[in-house]
Amino acid sequence: MTKLIIILLSAVFINNYVLSRFLGICPFLGVSKKLDSATGMSLAVIFVMLLSTAVTWPIQYYLLNPNNLGYLQTIVFILVIAALVQLVEIVLKRYIPSLHQSLGVYLPLITTNCAVLGVTILNIDENYTFIEAMVNSLGSGLGFFLAMVMFSGVRSKIEGADVPESFKGLPVTLVAASITSLSFLGFGGVIENMFA
Amino acid sequence: MLEAILTAVIPVVIIGVVCAAMLVVAAKLMAVKEDERFPAVRDCLPGANCGACGFAGCDGYAKALCETPGTPTNLCIPGADTVAKQLSETLGVAFADVVEQVAVVHCSGDCGATQDKVVYSGIETCAAAKMLYGGKGSCTFGCLGLGDCAKACPHDAIFIDNGVAKVYTCDCIGCGICTKTCPNHLISLVPDIKNTVVACSNRDKGAVTRKVCANGCIGCKKCERVCPSGAIKVQDNVAVIDYEKCIDCGACAENCTTHCIKTEDLRGCHHFQK
Repeated sequence: MTKLIIILLSAVFINNYVLSRFLGICPFLGVSKKLDSATGMSLAVIFVMLLSTAVTWPIQYYLLNPNNLGYLQTIVFILVIAALVQLVEIVLKRYIPSLHQSLGVYLPLITTNCAVLGVTILNIDENYTFIEAMVNSLGSGLGFFLAMVMFSGVRSKIEGADVPESFKGLPVTLVAASITSLSFLGFGGVIENMFA
Repeated sequence: MLEAILTAVIPVVIIGVVCAAMLVVAAKLMAVKEDERFPAVRDCLPGANCGACGFAGCDGYAKALCETPGTPTNLCIPGADTVAKQLSETLGVAFADVVEQVAVVHCSGDCGATQDKVVYSGIETCAAAKMLYGGKGSCTFGCLGLGDCAKACPHDAIFIDNGVAKVYTCDCIGCGICTKTCPNHLISLVPDIKNTVVACSNRDKGAVTRKVCANGCIGCKKCERVCPSGAIKVQDNVAVIDYEKCIDCGACAENCTTHCIKTEDLRGCHHFQK
């Protein structure tokens, strides 16, 4: 149990996918302008991360490893995740239109997102059990959510600020992102020591 | 060698084919019928996504037009009559004229009528100035004069003249973006067929308004008494016109104590040249 909590908290704070591992930077910079789209995107990411881990973990351990095909991991995972997300989109559109309305626009954006692929591959690299892998995916998704929501707040403050001409737009956003990610360095070592 | 390649290729191909088959079946079984008129309707709309029609962007309006019979085709204000005509042709419904709207600034506190209470040297936006004790002017309800509306206007139809925002009414497309930008909510959309405008938004009591601005509405209710159709009411110490009832007779403007009610032909003589 303690291990699961450590995995969850360290995925959210220490190994935050955006701010520490620098995966998923594209949606982090692209969709974080407004709070509501940042929330929608993050919820979709949490959902897709959980779903793709649930599918790719069995594929790795019951299909690829027994046949000595571990080296096909990346390409198979990309294929499966992309097809799966498309399928989910079709199903949502048919049966839960309201959810499709709020998450639908973001789902195609996530199909080949590196944060999602990163989660599934790192789950295998860390030799997690299925439960641990799912907890790690949840934590990673929540970490992405945290980073997106925080950064959309930072960006709304930058909107009102008097930024020098040459820094306007992306440059000041990148500077702000780096400072935000520095702030997460403070969590290093905290969570392991909490349970020591 | 060949065997090694095949053991890698065949599983990937099989997985790919299975996924593709799954998607094809799913797409066939769970297809959602899309209205075939939707692309045609969407093409008629200008694509500005301004939201003046009351729907979430042009896609939202096109969807409502296709799915809900009876949605008026004359709601696109930037597109005006041409779009309304195209829409009614595409959908086969009767054409209705668009009531165009123009933005109107409800403040006439220019530099001659009101004074600054402080020297402001902060960030040059109304939003920032508003956060600092309600702006530099002595009237906290009035135009901040830093031109957030002018920057937001997609058609460059707003400019700051003598400390107050003015609208080039001939260029205004009635999208309403400025009404959401103004931190004091001074700008509203008025049907283009009406000419009477209250150019003040000060909700202080008359004596206080008088002190800060010579052009302010003091809430004397004279306009209420002279209005033949009961369209003008003083609410929170400022006159407000109900354009549903207003017959544009101009009686209120003639009798206004501080001349803050104006009659201006919105697309005609009150037509600033750039």
